[in-house]
Amino acid sequence: MSILSDIAASLQRGEDDEVASLVRQALDDGQDAVAILHGGLIAGMGVVGEQFREREIFLPDVLLAARAMYAGLALLKPLLAKDGVPTAGTVVIGSVRGDLHDIGKNLVGIMLAGAGFDVVDLGSDVAPERFVDAACDHGASVIGLSALLTTTMPVMKDVVELVRARGLQDRIKIIVGGAAVSDAWARQIGADAYGYDAASAVERVRALARTPA
Amino acid sequence: MKDLRTRLAAGEVLVGDGAWGTLLMARGVRPGEAPESLNLTQAGVIEEIASLYVEAGADLITTNTFGGSPARLRQFGLDGQTEAVNRAAVEAVRRAAKGRAYASASVGPSGHLMKPYGDADPVDIGAGYERQIRALAEAGADLVCIETMTDLAEAVLAVRAARSVAPDLPVMATMTFETTRRGFFTVMGVSVEQAVRGLSDAGADILGSNCGNGSVTMVAIAREFRALTGLPIAIQPNAGLPEPLDGRLVYPETPEFMAEQARGLLAAGVAVIGGCCGTTPAHVRALRGIVSAMRS
Repeated sequence: MSILSDIAASLQRGEDDEVASLVRQALDDGQDAVAILHGGLIAGMGVVGEQFREREIFLPDVLLAARAMYAGLALLKPLLAKDGVPTAGTVVIGSVRGDLHDIGKNLVGIMLAGAGFDVVDLGSDVAPERFVDAACDHGASVIGLSALLTTTMPVMKDVVELVRARGLQDRIKIIVGGAAVSDAWARQIGADAYGYDAASAVERVRALARTPA
Repeated sequence: MKDLRTRLAAGEVLVGDGAWGTLLMARGVRPGEAPESLNLTQAGVIEEIASLYVEAGADLITTNTFGGSPARLRQFGLDGQTEAVNRAAVEAVRRAAKGRAYASASVGPSGHLMKPYGDADPVDIGAGYERQIRALAEAGADLVCIETMTDLAEAVLAVRAARSVAPDLPVMATMTFETTRRGFFTVMGVSVEQAVRGLSDAGADILGSNCGNGSVTMVAIAREFRALTGLPIAIQPNAGLPEPLDGRLVYPETPEFMAEQARGLLAAGVAVIGGCCGTTPAHVRALRGIVSAMRS
């Protein structure tokens, strides 16, 4: 077994110290940071996302795996930045204005980071203007909106409309998600995509980020 | 009013109330406001909603304190008013009930993940529940309703807090399950069996499930509870999952549909039947009808 698959396996077990030391060891062995990122961390988180989607594992397992992923990512990030390695893209995420629920949104953030995206997490109760401003400031091509409450879901539409009002709809795509959010809702408010769960959100964001501006 | 435990022991089925959040929003709560703040600012509205459910035939009226733990109120800068917020909610329900229904003191999740998965310290969460439940009990709550739990450790903290600060009150504890290929689990990975064991050991008097994806699934969940415990079972489903309609969201299960599923719940031996998100006084009236018809 290669050290990269060891990293992926240890990430899946949520062993943060072990992931960090294996990443260090791989770097010392002369492995490329990009290879460690993809073959170790992203590969491991991909499996975690898939297992969580099938509920073979549950939220606690994902959160421990995420901690391990960030432990490895912290070591790789400076090297990737120094080498000017492009990330998978930048995504701005947050729970919409009036909604303080953030567990689902955090989970999507974890999975996006685990898929190699730069994630700008604005937190919860985020005003539409802040989403759009942050997307412009960080050069994000995708905004991810989360809402748990049926009463806050309509705010998602305000963000969609603000992006259009500023003429940014070709540069910034919007994906929505949350317990009561559906594909039909996404279409109705004019969002570009719907993430049924964290794993499918990552797939959809990948597709949106690939869409040529 | 007769003692709640006596009625359940005699095999009586009690009817719970329905959703509060949607009715509060319809009366002007704005997203981003703490629904619990209305207990202080618009007690009349709280009393009105409670009255609607009393008139619909509910035996248990939930207090507007789902987010009344200091951990949740802190998000709105209201944790300093924990006692006042919880007290006012019980008082409003008692005014509406006039002895015809029990004040069921709602206690929801703290909204924080506990260590090692999150940052919250279990000691703080437990102390917060004690503070909330003490205020609810002192104001005259008839039972403690710990609901929508997904983390068994947190639910157990809440049950223990109730046992400790309100030892005389019955404790109802319900968790929210998802359907997986391997059966029903909460998002935190708690099975029905683990829930039954953990909540019973902590001292809950009534166990069960609330929220979730609708009343059909709940019949299966109720059967699983029944097979595992002799304690009374409480089931309070959502009216399905909300569906978009003309830019609005509507819950698909009608009162008639839910009442039909209630027959399955009764057959499974459920002792408390009510509603969660998306249910209305009309749903409660329909449930009341089925339960009363069974009794006669």
